[in-house]
Amino acid sequence: MLRSQFGKMTMVTAAGAMLMAAAACGGGTDTTASPAASSGASSEAPQASGLKIGLAYDVGGRGDKSFNDSAYAGLERAQKELGAEIKDLSPAADGSNRGELLRQLAEAGYNPIVGVGFAYGEDIQKVATEFPDLQFAVVDSASNGPNVTGLLFAEEQGSYLAGVAAAEKSKSNHLGFVGGVENDLIKKFQAGFEAGAKSVKSDVKIDIKYLTPDGDFSGFKAPDKGKIAAEKMYQDGADIVYHASGDSGLGVFQAAAAAGKQAIGVDSDQYETVKEADLKKVIMTSMLKRVDVGVFEFIKAFQGGAKGGTNAIYDLKVDGVGLSTSGGFIDDVTAKVDEAKKKIVDGSITVPSKP
Amino acid sequence: MMPARLQRTLLTVAGAVVAVLLAMGISSIAILAAGASPVTALGAMFDFGDTQPEVVNALTFILNRAVPLFIAGLAVAIGFRMNLFNIGVEGQYRIAAIVAAFVGSQFVLPGPIQITLIIVVAMLVGGLYAFIPAVLKVTRGVNEVISTIMLNYIAVNLAAFLVRGPFAGERTAGKLTTSTPELPESAWFPNLNVLFEMFGLPAPRSGLWGFLMVAILLGVIIWLVLERTRFGFEVKASGLNPPAALASGVDAKRMVISAMVLSGAIAGLIGLPEILGRTHAYGSNFTAGLGFLGIAVALLGRNKPAGIAVAALLFGFLDRASAPLQFADIPPSVVAIIQGSIVLMVVIANEVTSRMSIRQEERRAARQLGTTQRAEVAA
Repeated sequence: MLRSQFGKMTMVTAAGAMLMAAAACGGGTDTTASPAASSGASSEAPQASGLKIGLAYDVGGRGDKSFNDSAYAGLERAQKELGAEIKDLSPAADGSNRGELLRQLAEAGYNPIVGVGFAYGEDIQKVATEFPDLQFAVVDSASNGPNVTGLLFAEEQGSYLAGVAAAEKSKSNHLGFVGGVENDLIKKFQAGFEAGAKSVKSDVKIDIKYLTPDGDFSGFKAPDKGKIAAEKMYQDGADIVYHASGDSGLGVFQAAAAAGKQAIGVDSDQYETVKEADLKKVIMTSMLKRVDVGVFEFIKAFQGGAKGGTNAIYDLKVDGVGLSTSGGFIDDVTAKVDEAKKKIVDGSITVPSKP
Repeated sequence: MMPARLQRTLLTVAGAVVAVLLAMGISSIAILAAGASPVTALGAMFDFGDTQPEVVNALTFILNRAVPLFIAGLAVAIGFRMNLFNIGVEGQYRIAAIVAAFVGSQFVLPGPIQITLIIVVAMLVGGLYAFIPAVLKVTRGVNEVISTIMLNYIAVNLAAFLVRGPFAGERTAGKLTTSTPELPESAWFPNLNVLFEMFGLPAPRSGLWGFLMVAILLGVIIWLVLERTRFGFEVKASGLNPPAALASGVDAKRMVISAMVLSGAIAGLIGLPEILGRTHAYGSNFTAGLGFLGIAVALLGRNKPAGIAVAALLFGFLDRASAPLQFADIPPSVVAIIQGSIVLMVVIANEVTSRMSIRQEERRAARQLGTTQRAEVAA
């Protein structure tokens, strides 16, 4: 009895809130002179008032000190160099509102719009057909519409260089790889890393651990899991662990710091992006995936009138991927790394993209 | 002296108001800590856009988000009502969704039959998966909280394996996500955009999920079952006072099994609005975590279908605010803080008010007892 009344009261209060919501939105509709002109106006307005770029992050959002932050660096550069107005949005933790974020950007007059991460593939395809006058780009996924540009990277090539550096520097002849989610994209990192390490020492031992199975994206934001996985590798004798796990990489660095061993960062130059001093010194190098270059080049091409429908592939040749040298930990092996790089660029080494 | 009923109502109203105010206070502190203004945040949450299409899209998003949350809340509530903590809704709906999506893609029948079959498959799988902890509980006394949590891990990993292995559909080159084969068009649940068009409003871009109708029907059926049938009474009796229920002839084991299986069968439906209405397949982007959110929704809705509906709408409303908040340069995690503090405050407020009213009830009874006794003595 009591419970049911309480329930009713909560309901009434909440219902009141919803009514207020309805009233508020009604008011908004009334004050607008031309309610139906949204998509038409929004696609023309930005060209007149300057560049307005919208960007939606993958799960994890800005501040992952890695993949998403790299995309933001490209966006920031466009803001500075091209005088663009920018807006970046992060999705809900379960990623259920990806499509909604893109729609809201489109409706607010942003053009072009960039979706960061392969998870945006399907949503971009849908939203791009709803707004055929706007241009879209998706990082890590192939183009799937006439107004969609796919921004792809040769992660296996950069990871190959990381593998070369790791095998050269390893004293125990034992390395580790922590992948965020076990899908084909992260397997490219693993494949390149293994091939690179084995090209230096064919008998090198590499522990492989994926934090979550395919389809469960929590592996990109689970530093606790990353830490446990890396701790195990260091205990088993690995002295350098390479991670391709977004946010979870922080856990890998913590494990490396605790074990007094080293780790390899990913996507951004993590030696520069990680703030904690004790974590900085364990980051031997980072496999750079220049999402910032991809995003910026796409925006520049858009400004030049480029239309979607194709993929832009960023590999070693165009410095779309690479290896960072901040901190000077790998200065003694850069010659070997550069040699491998040259061989990949001239085609005498073909890096596998599947382990 | 106020009548008892009025006093209790006032108490609960006061409790609800205080709970909402406290939740707003906590959220405001969080927003201030994030360096933004609570007033701006509130404005952003109620900003549904300036044009009719934007408002329609906003409403559609709220409803589409609320439908699976509502079903999840119902599934959790059935267990909660008899003190059965089915934490396994998460696993039950994931495994049910992938099996239903795969089975549905393997044949083509006229629309209504195809959709009905998919719904039946989903309920069967969800129910069967919930049958495991139920059997463990009645035969071996295994606590259902532990077993369902463990079964969640199995379900999540099994679903992830199935979607990239045996149940994987064709994949276009360059696509990194995997999914089950696409459902035939006869299995696409027609949308309810006509509801907007009826009033001369533009159709929402994303489409209002037709599964809304199923959810409403389900809510009514569950209400009838819980409030108007012997089964519903036995569920309530088992939850409020298990020894008394046992003494009056309620078979406790049978109740555990049937409530758990019913909970699992409803959980099986959680993924269908999305699969039948939008994605037409179970893919790696399938919305996860709805089973856990269902627990919060059920708590907030006081385990009653109508309350759960309001709670689901409230959560949908808050989730929609994620983008407008970011347009106003406020971090979207504010939404999660508001949701969490509302649930917490409502649960606390309910506990406090129910204790207060029990105490008043006791005092009243004691007083009445006192007066009647005096009357007897005088006589």
